[in-house]
Amino acid sequence: MKNFTIPQNVAVSDSGFLFLASTGETFNLNEQGTLIYKMLQNGLNNEEIVNQITAEYEISSDLFQKDLDDFLHSLKTFGLVKEL
Amino acid sequence: MENKKRYERPVVIKQYSGFMNKFGSRPVLNPVTTIDGIEVDELAERFGSPLFVISEKAIRSNQRKANRIFKTRYPKVQFAWSYKTNYLNAVCAVFHQEGSWAEVVSRFEYDKAKKLGVKGENIIFNGPDKSRDDLTVAINDGAKIHIDHFDELYELIDLTSQLNKKANVAIRVNMDTGTYPKWDRFGFNFENGEAWQALKRIIAATNLNLVGLHTHIGTYMMQADSYKTAAIKMAQLAAGLKRENGILLDYIDMGGGLPSNNTLIGQYLPAEQILPTLEEFADAISEGLMTLNFQPDEMPLLILESGRALIDDTSKLISTVIAVKRLSDGRRALIVDAGVNLLFTRFWYKHKINPAQDSGVMTEDTAIYGPLCMNIDCLAESLVMPVLKKGDKLIIDYVGAYNMTQWMQFIHMRPNVVMILEDGTVELIRKAEDLDYVQMPEVLPEKFKSLPV
Ligand SMILES: Cc1ncc(COP(=O)(O)O)c(C=O)c1O
Repeated sequence: MKNFTIPQNVAVSDSGFLFLASTGETFNLNEQGTLIYKMLQNGLNNEEIVNQITAEYEISSDLFQKDLDDFLHSLKTFGLVKEL
Repeated sequence: MENKKRYERPVVIKQYSGFMNKFGSRPVLNPVTTIDGIEVDELAERFGSPLFVISEKAIRSNQRKANRIFKTRYPKVQFAWSYKTNYLNAVCAVFHQEGSWAEVVSRFEYDKAKKLGVKGENIIFNGPDKSRDDLTVAINDGAKIHIDHFDELYELIDLTSQLNKKANVAIRVNMDTGTYPKWDRFGFNFENGEAWQALKRIIAATNLNLVGLHTHIGTYMMQADSYKTAAIKMAQLAAGLKRENGILLDYIDMGGGLPSNNTLIGQYLPAEQILPTLEEFADAISEGLMTLNFQPDEMPLLILESGRALIDDTSKLISTVIAVKRLSDGRRALIVDAGVNLLFTRFWYKHKINPAQDSGVMTEDTAIYGPLCMNIDCLAESLVMPVLKKGDKLIIDYVGAYNMTQWMQFIHMRPNVVMILEDGTVELIRKAEDLDYVQMPEVLPEKFKSLPV
């Protein structure tokens, strides 16, 4: 089971605007992205995220896992998440 | 299970400060969810994906508009449908119902037109490759034979005397209209006097009936002035024939070449913003022909063989996302089920591609690839698209010209083609190919019929 950490100095607005204070970079998240990023901030692990999203949204867990991996990969590239 | 929320793939995009963000801040691409009032999803469900969808209403409306524009500028106008542009029977039939003749460039196309019921006298037979047998059939049918070279001219002189029949002929003229590259491969050249020479040879031949002049100055012409130049040169030839030989031509055929609203590769602004209007092309042609100064009843019929301008925007290709990938540079890539095998015009055009379903406001820089497992199979290198997922559909627009004739049976077989009729019914006008159809002409030698693997 994967766990993640989020840098301390990240601010996310409800509209999906993300500010990384350490570098001054800004990012945009879509609605789903915002929701998941907030889950990561709240310390949810991979499995918990998959369970919550698939319970609420019209998507199977297999398909969602693929998108989540892809999303996490992008977040890692941007320094917005670290895998433990 | 019930009433779950609509899901969109999660996306994060970096904002670049200092200039407007390319992604996220643009207006969302308009989804195309219906075609002529029919749901895209319903079409794909009934007929599969990929699927070509042609609108009868749009064809008729394009042809009527073109008729109106030309007929209000020149007294006698006749369109001839360019078969090579799209020779599906249903498409040709709509044009013929609208009064268009047939313009063909091979025996195959010629036979197609005849089989559809077009009268021989209403078939224009163009092209550099007409066999003796082809010419015999055309002479017997009274078709209009447009001579491309001296070998064909002498073959016709010989053939008509052997058959003891007259042939209705015109010559194809090529000329400098100020555009590059010059199209001097087809027909007889105006500037170097070759066209005159050919006309004189025809007049001297007892069995050749000189009925017209033909030119086709290029395709996707972007300057109306080129047509004016061409029409003036054609008028000079026609005036010379009257003056020196007392010959009044039945017609001057200005060919095709008017652009469609597709945007060329390498063209920065969308086609709609930079191309002359149909009215401007019609003005140029009629102004050029009016230099003839003939009596009204002596003016030749103006024939037009416009292809892409009349059919491109009547057809759409529905395609489905097979996979969503990320390229090594971080760009999004879609693999879709229609590739360059179906979209030959991709080699000239940046096709307009829209999503076929509502999507969120987030957009991504997206590359779109076809299904071919070949590097050439790229439909778009970089497009701003909404966040799409497997199973979503795209509408590739303006695909009516030169695709349903130049498509390749390569790796995949050709899919269904439907036409939405004026009353809203959807007719299958070309069935998807199957293995039996594709293999029908193949012959497997006996000794290969049992294989050890
Ligand atoms: C002789 C002739 N007429 C008409 C056409 C139709 O051209 P377009 O589709 O550019 O109007 C062509 C196309 O190449 C042609 O060769």
